[in-house]
Amino acid sequence: MNLQIATASSASENGNNALDKIGSMVRACIQCGTCTGSCPNALEMDMTPRKMWRLVNLGRLAEIMASRTFILCSDCYTCTLRCPRGLPLTDAMEALKGIAFARRERRHRSSRLFYEKFMQTVRRHGRIREMAFMTRYFTAMKSPTVPLRFAPLGIKLMGKGKVEIGLGKTVATPLDALFEKVADLERTTCAPLENEGHG
Amino acid sequence: MNYLYYPGCSLTASAREYDLATRAVMAAAGARLTEIDGWTCCGASAAAPISHLLSLSLSARNLALAEQTADDGQVLVPCSACYLNLKKAHNALRNDAAGRATINEALSAVNLTATGSVRVRHLLDVLAKDLGAQHLAPLMKRTLSGLTVAPYYGCQCLRPYPEFDDPERPVSMEPLIEATGAAVHAWEMGSRCCGASLVSTHPEAGLNRVCAILKAATGADLIVTVCPMCQMNLDAWQAKASRMAGENLAITVLYLPQLLGLAIGLSAQELGLDLNLAIERSFRERMKP
Ligand code: SF4
Ligand code: SF4
Repeated sequence: MNLQIATASSASENGNNALDKIGSMVRACIQCGTCTGSCPNALEMDMTPRKMWRLVNLGRLAEIMASRTFILCSDCYTCTLRCPRGLPLTDAMEALKGIAFARRERRHRSSRLFYEKFMQTVRRHGRIREMAFMTRYFTAMKSPTVPLRFAPLGIKLMGKGKVEIGLGKTVATPLDALFEKVADLERTTCAPLENEGHG
Repeated sequence: MNYLYYPGCSLTASAREYDLATRAVMAAAGARLTEIDGWTCCGASAAAPISHLLSLSLSARNLALAEQTADDGQVLVPCSACYLNLKKAHNALRNDAAGRATINEALSAVNLTATGSVRVRHLLDVLAKDLGAQHLAPLMKRTLSGLTVAPYYGCQCLRPYPEFDDPERPVSMEPLIEATGAAVHAWEMGSRCCGASLVSTHPEAGLNRVCAILKAATGADLIVTVCPMCQMNLDAWQAKASRMAGENLAITVLYLPQLLGLAIGLSAQELGLDLNLAIERSFRERMKP
């Protein structure tokens, strides 16, 4: 089971090509800073979103990948809503995550594992079994301390019988065929689907 | 009123009480839910960075199944993340001919086709617009007067698609809360992000978001939510957030249909209240029959 196949065409060999694609999404940026001022996570970011769009337009991939700004995007869509140029900023943040994962950037390993393990669970079972997914994530992290962070929550949920409910009655629907078809299509068609702005 | 019901993964596990309360309140209001047969995960926020097409195809698969049941049906979605994913797929199917062709090519691998003929509706949209306070108020046998409720909308039921409410200053929950007899807590945080999965991937950032929301709820008796991710961030991490803030931020957090169900007179059991992670003793006392 391997998710890389799905990312093969999006970014792996040539991050700069993928960056061009994102550049075309934010080309019209006028550096007004509304995105930065709107972002709930700006305080924890090491580079403002405004600056990140500038680096995207300058094609400075290495500096972007070294930053944790895009990985801290929580998909709230406030910047997308407010950008005076109507740019699809949340989609652009998402695409930057995609480049970092495809390049297997060390700095973003834990986030990548979180996303990949999630999708592996979906591929195998069709639905997310929250505890199975968390176990897989922790195993992949190989960090003895990380699971401790979540232990109290796991115990709380288990105490409430809130995990793995209904597995007996619902048959798992593996989605291998769909995942493989998508990977095929991405290998053969270079034209990505359009990302939408708002409005 | 008939709806095709897409519960989504969370509602089968950590958010079972949301599923119970949604079904119970919709039944009490005379609406019929038909669960989409064979539904699968929408890809949450994890699929899109890995592959945009995969994300759209996973959601379109569920729309295709819904179309098989009723091709002009209304798909009812209680989880905001699922709602947004299904909306995006719906949008691509309806407004982007090339996108529709590619998605359907992907779906051919599982012998399905989707046209986007169904409508995707968030539970809050349906409660506020299809049922509405006028229809729900007469069903309410118990007044919740004396309680102050902080409406928490989160992000993805509001943005980027402003379908049923103002995307930054939402108000759609207010008439519903007022119908129960409770007062609405005035605050600015109702549409501010809860941090989503940052609590797992970058805990300091995630907990800062949770802290800010819980602090702003001071003065309210409870918070109501309309998304399992928001609910989990606001209820399961209260102890950690309190430690971080150096003050007690404990507060009752319910799903909106649980609050409505209490006013309608449904039992704690029917509404799954024993499954909630944050219910204060004072609230329990107040709710004793
Ligand atoms: S809000 Fe839009 S135009 Fe302004 S800096 Fe951000 S991306 Fe550029
Ligand atoms: S969508 Fe992402 S980058 Fe934009 S404001 Fe929200 S968290 Fe910040």
